[in-house]
Amino acid sequence: MIEIRNLYKTLEHQLVLNNLNLSVRRGETKAIIGRSGVGKSVLLKNIVGLMRPDRGSIKINGIEVTSLDEKVYNKLRMEIGMVFQGGALFDSMNVGENVAFVLNEFMNLDAKTVRDRVADALALVGLKDVEHMMPSQLSGGMKKRVSLARVLCMEPQIILYDEPTSEVDPITAAALIHLIIELRDKLKVTSLVVTHDMNLAYQVADSIAMFYRGQVIADGKPEDIKNSIHPVIRQFISGQAQGPITDDESLIFGHVK
Amino acid sequence: MLNFVIKTGATTNSLIRYIGQLAILWSQTVVLALTPSFKGVRSLIQANRIGPGSFIISALVAFFVGMIIALQMAYQMIQLSAEIYIPQIISVALTRELAPVLTALIVAGRIGAGIAAEIGSMTVTEQVDALKAFAVNPVKYLVVPRFLGLVLMLPVLTMLSDIIGIWGGYVICVYKLHISHEMFWRMVFKALVMKDVLTGLVKTIFFGMIIAIVGCHQGLTVRGGAEGVGKATTTAVVRSFILIIMTDCMITFIFYFLLKV
Ligand SMILES: Nc1ncnc2c1ncn2[C@@H]1O[C@H](COP(=O)(O)OP(=O)(O)OP(=O)(O)O)[C@@H](O)[C@H]1O
Ligand SMILES: [Mg+2]
Repeated sequence: MIEIRNLYKTLEHQLVLNNLNLSVRRGETKAIIGRSGVGKSVLLKNIVGLMRPDRGSIKINGIEVTSLDEKVYNKLRMEIGMVFQGGALFDSMNVGENVAFVLNEFMNLDAKTVRDRVADALALVGLKDVEHMMPSQLSGGMKKRVSLARVLCMEPQIILYDEPTSEVDPITAAALIHLIIELRDKLKVTSLVVTHDMNLAYQVADSIAMFYRGQVIADGKPEDIKNSIHPVIRQFISGQAQGPITDDESLIFGHVK
Repeated sequence: MLNFVIKTGATTNSLIRYIGQLAILWSQTVVLALTPSFKGVRSLIQANRIGPGSFIISALVAFFVGMIIALQMAYQMIQLSAEIYIPQIISVALTRELAPVLTALIVAGRIGAGIAAEIGSMTVTEQVDALKAFAVNPVKYLVVPRFLGLVLMLPVLTMLSDIIGIWGGYVICVYKLHISHEMFWRMVFKALVMKDVLTGLVKTIFFGMIIAIVGCHQGLTVRGGAEGVGKATTTAVVRSFILIIMTDCMITFIFYFLLKV
C-alpha cells in the first residue's frame, strides 16, 4: 500500500530523513514512534506530497509519487486523509464548514445530506452540536478531533494521524483508540499513526516502527517492540532520561541547583 | 569597491528572482482564473471585503486632494489671471494620475497588508498545507478570488475617487475662487475626454494585480511564526508601494510616447 525506499530529505542543511525504509500493507495500522524532532511529521508530509524528498522512492498503491505531477497527485490525495499535528483547521470557517470542506469542494450534495454527514463524522469523534463554533473557540483536543472528523468525511482509504491523542484526556484517548481500530476492522482503512503515546501504539498498531536518527531502526509487532533488547528502543519505551539516546546526542538537561 | 560590486550583484540577483517569482504566481493565477471550476461567489466575497471599507478613505483622500490641487493651482494661476483653467487641470490630473495612484496606495495599505497577514497566518498554522492535502490548489482557492476581487474593485473605487476629487475642486473653485457653477463643469468637460478616464482605469487594473500578487506571495512564503507574519505584512505594503509607483511611471511612459494618448 505504502512502500518507502531509501528516502532522504534535507531541511535547512540538516539531514532529517536519512535512508529511510518503511512499508505499510493494505489494511494495516502501523504506529511510528520516535523522539520529538526525528522527522515523523516530515515523513507524513513527504507521503502526501507537501514536501518532496531529495532522493528515494515512495509508492502508494503501486504508484511512484515522488516525481508525480500535482494533478495526478491530487487524484491520489482524495484517498489519503491527513490529521495534522496542530489540527490545521481553517480558521475563517466554523466547525461545520471545516468538516464539510471536502464535501462542499468536490461533491455536489444538497445541504441536508452535507449536514447529516458532518453530524455523523463529528459523532464518530465524540463531538455534538459544535458545528457553529469557530476553531478559535475550541480546546486543543477538540481541534484535533474536528480535524479527524474532517478527514473521516472524505472516507479515505489511507489515514495519516499525526499524534491523534497528544492533547486529549485519557477517556477521549481510549475512545479514539477504539475508533482507529474500528476504522481498520470495518472500513479496512490503512493507517499510519505517529505518536509518543506507547499505550496508543500498543493498542492500535498491527506493527510499530521506531524512528531514530532519520532511519527506522526497528519494525515489528507490538510484543516484539515491547520485549526488544535494543538499548535505544528500551530507553524510549520505558521513558528513561539516561541511556544511549541521550548519551549519543550529548543531550544533558540542566539540573536545578 | 569589489565588495560594492558583489553586493550590488547579489541584490540584483535576488531582485530578479523576486520579480520572477511574482511573474510565476501571476501566470498561475491567470491560468487558474480561466480554468473551471469557477467559483464566482468567492471573488464577490473578496470584492465585498475590499470595496465598501476602502470607499470612505479613498473618497476622503480624493476630496481633499481635489481641494489641494485647486488651491495650489490658484496660487500660480491667479497671477496670470488664468484661474479659469483650474477645473481642467484638476479633472485631468485626478483622472489620469492622482485618483488611480492614491486609491491603489490606500488599498495596498489596507487590503494588501490584510491579504499578506491572513494568508501568512494560514501558512504558519499549516492551513495552506491542509488545503494541498485535500487536493485543493492554494493558488486557485486563495489567490484567484483575491486577485479577481481587486482587479474588479480597484477601477470602481478609482472611478468614485475621480468624481469625488473633482467635487473637492469644485468646492474651492466655486466658493473660493468664484468661478460659476456652469463655468466649472463646462471647463471640466472641455478638458476631460474619455481617454483620460480610461488610461487611469487601465492603470488600476495593473495596480490591482500588483497588490493581490505581492500580498499573496508574501503570505504564501512566510517563514517562522507570528514574527514572520508581521514581517510579511510590512514587506507586502512596502513592495506594493514601490511596484505601483514604478509601474505607474512605466505605463504613463508607454501611453505618452508609444501610444500617444
Ligand atoms: N518546514 C521546515 N523547515 C525546516 N526544518 C524543518 C521543517 N519542518 C521540520 N523541520 C525540521 O525537521 C526535523 C524533524 O521535524 P518533525 O516535525 O518531522 O519532527 P517530529 O518527529 O514530528 O517531532 P514531534 O514529535 O515533536 O512532532 C526537526 O529538526 C525540524 O527542525
Ligand atoms: Mg511532528
